Amino acid sequence: MAVLPDGRYVDDAPYDENIDASAAERPDMDAPNWLLIWRRFRRHKLALISGLFLLVSYLMLPVTGFVAPYTPNERHADHLYAPPQGIRLFNNGKFIGPHVLPITATADLENYRWRYSADKTHPMKLEFFCRRGSYNLFGLIPTDLHLICAPAGATIFLLGSDRLGRDVFSRIVYGAQLSLTVGVIGITVSFALGIFFGSIAGYFGGRTDWLIQRTIEILRSLPELPLWLALSAAVPSHWGPVTVFFIISIILGILDWPGLARAVRSKFLSLREEEYVRAAEMMGAKPARIIGRHLLPNFSSHLIASAMLSIPAMILGETALSFLGLGLRAPAVSWGVMLNDAQNLAAIEIYPWTASPMVMIIVVVLAFNFLGDGLRDSLDPYKS
Amino acid sequence: MIILRYAFYRLITMFLTLLLVSALIFFIINLPPGNYLTNQIMELQATGQDAGVAKAEFLQHEYALDRPLVEQYLIWIGAWPGPYGFSGMLQGDFGWSFEFDQPVIDIVGQALWLTVLVNLAAVLFVYLVALPLGVLAAARSQTWVDYTSSFIGYLGLATPNFLLALILFYYGQKYLHLPIGGLMAPELEGEPMSLAKMNSILLHLIIPTFVIGTSGAAAMMQRLRANMLDELNKPYVETARAKGLSPTKMLMKYPLRMALNPFVADIGNLLPSMISGSVLVSVVLGLQTIGPALLTALKSQDQFLAGFILLFVALLTLIGTMISDVLLMLLDPRIRYGERK
Repeated sequence: MAVLPDGRYVDDAPYDENIDASAAERPDMDAPNWLLIWRRFRRHKLALISGLFLLVSYLMLPVTGFVAPYTPNERHADHLYAPPQGIRLFNNGKFIGPHVLPITATADLENYRWRYSADKTHPMKLEFFCRRGSYNLFGLIPTDLHLICAPAGATIFLLGSDRLGRDVFSRIVYGAQLSLTVGVIGITVSFALGIFFGSIAGYFGGRTDWLIQRTIEILRSLPELPLWLALSAAVPSHWGPVTVFFIISIILGILDWPGLARAVRSKFLSLREEEYVRAAEMMGAKPARIIGRHLLPNFSSHLIASAMLSIPAMILGETALSFLGLGLRAPAVSWGVMLNDAQNLAAIEIYPWTASPMVMIIVVVLAFNFLGDGLRDSLDPYKS
Repeated sequence: MIILRYAFYRLITMFLTLLLVSALIFFIINLPPGNYLTNQIMELQATGQDAGVAKAEFLQHEYALDRPLVEQYLIWIGAWPGPYGFSGMLQGDFGWSFEFDQPVIDIVGQALWLTVLVNLAAVLFVYLVALPLGVLAAARSQTWVDYTSSFIGYLGLATPNFLLALILFYYGQKYLHLPIGGLMAPELEGEPMSLAKMNSILLHLIIPTFVIGTSGAAAMMQRLRANMLDELNKPYVETARAKGLSPTKMLMKYPLRMALNPFVADIGNLLPSMISGSVLVSVVLGLQTIGPALLTALKSQDQFLAGFILLFVALLTLIGTMISDVLLMLLDPRIRYGERK
């Protein structure tokens, strides 16, 4: 940069006629909205990792049967309460590829428990893409292909086995199918109700608003859990596990909407006074169109973030209900059902691995929380 | 004066809400087909014990369970004459528990007080923990204090209550010799209140309070931190700093008072979740609160017991919300709920 004698600054670069003076100074800012959001989101490392983790978890759901070495209700009568087995690579200091050591149970009659000893002299190589118990891939295609399985005569209990000799790891993977979807179904119900009632209350105001507000107040004054209990006690016990599952998710959703409806309402109360709403009304748009096309998009970022933050509450709710024996019931496999088996002190003291679904619950709930926080920050255009 | 009038207004609305809630509760409890007695009759008929059937049918008539649902509800709350005249909630007759074969009031009598006690302790715990930690996290934001407290907070939110209960229970007993199970030492049960009994109750309260309060405290702490951070960015804080006010005094005097508003207003949200938590935790830890009784009653369709407990829980919540609304008005002169002029 050169300074002229009179103190003005002039650019050294020669004048170029072809330069586009109207080009954006920061072309990177002139990107589509989703790109801007993605750039902001990328900076939240924790949220990014959580998002990836959840993505992988949900993508895994249709192919659980392939990932799990066993089917969920397969029993190993010789291996009750077996401790976790690791996949080993070295035997006697020599690399022989992934293998497990066969374990045999002996009854410890003094303490009344099973003791397991591993046979180090007979490492058994794991099989990959092998055929074992059959399941339905994507819930449709019957197959018996598994990613990994134990060779005949050995077992692979990555997280040990439970009271009936079922593989805890496989059950966790299968349990994810119900435990992770319960939140998604619940949130769909809750969003449908919350957005519908919240937007008509906020947009129309007056008597509709009053009525909806009072309903919300009543619903919110009731403690959730006793209400869940009462409603799920009303589910007939002879219904199949899948039906019960849907009903439970819907119950969780029905009791969750008031909070969302309040948020939508208060936002709409201020948004409906904006000029563009007036303009749309003048042009004869119906309320449904104004709400759907003009008002809701304004609010979608908040909705997405709050969805991410509500899902964990539902997952915890399902766990609590199943744990008390009022939610899902065996033979359905969910994390709550598994914990229901582990709800005594013996499980925690002697067989801590039976409580391992808890770790999964904590991780998933934390991941949703981090992802929600990250999304909330990155979706807010006013945040730097 | 305005405050008194408002409190009165809130009291009236509270009773109206309670009335609606009672109808809702009665309806939900009666959602499953049949009731305790019809289930019993079916069971007796299936096993061929016809002698019991007549008794159950007599009882069904006695408790007006053979009438239409609306009539049953009105009899239950005491607004309609039952087989023996007016005798319902309004008259102080809380009904009969079929499952335990006792009047409802005898089953839940002591449990009610213990429930209130446990929940009060939990609420106190939430405030005592969340207030200093939240303020500290905001004042020292983005330092290790902040990170540690928010990490613990997240963990508290993510851990299912009942599991936390089991784990703390085990380790509390193993390393700290905290007592297991119940709300007082078994030999003190049924004795009149004494210093020893009080001591025992306090000792037994430690783990339940911690378990029930953790998630609430975590949520409250995060909210308080966010509010404080908002306040700390405002110009008046800058001014106070520029004038050379000591950091602690500045913090206490202005931003904290502003950030306290939601703190009080939150009781309404806090209480329902606390009570939910306490029901669950009571079942796991075997506390003699109303939690376990509620679970049994709901499972066996013991409608009068379940109804009374649910109604009591709702009443607790409503009272909490009312107190918080009135407190909020006392605390912040800007808040008035009247018509906008």
